[in-house]
Amino acid sequence: MAVVKLFGAWLSPYCYRVIWALKLKGIAYEYIEEDLSNKSPLLLQYNPIHKKIPVLLHDDKPICESTVILRYIDEIWPQNPLLPADPHERAVALFWIKFADDKSPLISKLFRTDGEEQQAVAKECFEMLEVLEEHALIGGKKFFGGDEINMVDIAFCSVAHWLGVIEDFAGLKIFEPHKFPRLNSWIQNFKSVPVIKDNLPDTDKMLALLKRRREMLLASKSS
Amino acid sequence: MGDEDVVLLDFWPSPFGMRVRIALAEKEIKYEYKEEDLRNKSDLLLKMNPVHKKIPVLIYNGKPVCESLIQVQYIDEILPHKSPLLPTDPYQRAIARFWGDFVDNKIYDLGRKLWTTKGEEQEAAKKEFIECLKLLEGELGNKAYFGGENLGYVDVVLVPFYSWFYAYEKCGNFSIETECPKLIAWAKRCMEKDTVSKSLPDQDKIYDFVLHLKKVFGIE
Repeated sequence: MAVVKLFGAWLSPYCYRVIWALKLKGIAYEYIEEDLSNKSPLLLQYNPIHKKIPVLLHDDKPICESTVILRYIDEIWPQNPLLPADPHERAVALFWIKFADDKSPLISKLFRTDGEEQQAVAKECFEMLEVLEEHALIGGKKFFGGDEINMVDIAFCSVAHWLGVIEDFAGLKIFEPHKFPRLNSWIQNFKSVPVIKDNLPDTDKMLALLKRRREMLLASKSS
Repeated sequence: MGDEDVVLLDFWPSPFGMRVRIALAEKEIKYEYKEEDLRNKSDLLLKMNPVHKKIPVLIYNGKPVCESLIQVQYIDEILPHKSPLLPTDPYQRAIARFWGDFVDNKIYDLGRKLWTTKGEEQEAAKKEFIECLKLLEGELGNKAYFGGENLGYVDVVLVPFYSWFYAYEKCGNFSIETECPKLIAWAKRCMEKDTVSKSLPDQDKIYDFVLHLKKVFGIE
């Protein structure tokens, strides 16, 4: 039987994307936690170009970049498909996944910036949410994937969970339920799905780590 | 594929548009090419790509497909047996997608810095640009194309930038061939194919276009 290993970091939304996909497909895997401040020689060997997590190892073959990993998982294990079968619907799903990939870094940028720079990032985040509300969630669907979550829902996990935690931490109010009713419904629905609910990083742990990281960041800026 | 209605909204110097032109040519799909004026975007473009309002947009039987990498993959799925661009093996597909993303994330932005910046910033961009091309040379190895014996997905994604190389070299004052001879040999090999050479504008035209843009934006 082929061995599946996942190199990840507990705080990373990109890592969770892969965890959820593997669990939705019922694939057993070994999880290896990476210390991102002290990356293992194995990680550097498996992802020499970007040196980042997540990395999936299947039969000793490394696959890097979370979206590439998700598509690989979906092709190797076709049960519970994560993309539509129709080519045009699939192209639309991939469009939104790319949008999520392009915009998600804004959310962690919120945490790494302050003052005017942070305000500019917050504005960009707000605009991203506006696009989702106006264009992506039309049709009254429960999830991007229809009645079940699919790769698009998974790709927007940063909006569903990480954004709220970072807003709380930074004292920002970008997402307000009354301003984004469709998005709000989607977030509630997404976080109620058992495989998601049971596999999310603990909010208190996240806040504590963000606080420590923020202190280190400010200390290094002033030195 | 007799009665399909295929329209490509494009802009002649766009490397992203060129990717789609090559893919359509490889599959021998007939289409209507519509040149967009990016300072005066058509109602059709704004309707078909309301989120980004950008070209290229592929309109297949009235339904839009946006983002060049997605368009190339879509075209490949529509006619999978004719000049297949992505491999059939899932692991090889993952590798191709990885390198497609690498090109997409790195080459355009670095190339842009080569003609819009000067001094230290330009030198840093040059260095990183060459490093990226060398990584791509490593991936190419001894193969004729990234796709092996035939043009593949990564070839289609990368080769459009070859039409911009002359402009990058003149603005950056360096020779890409000196630094990355294997990659230039690969690009010339691709250009021997009509599907590629007829989809890419002349390098001199691109350079003139860049000089025009520099004037318009006030870049020295």
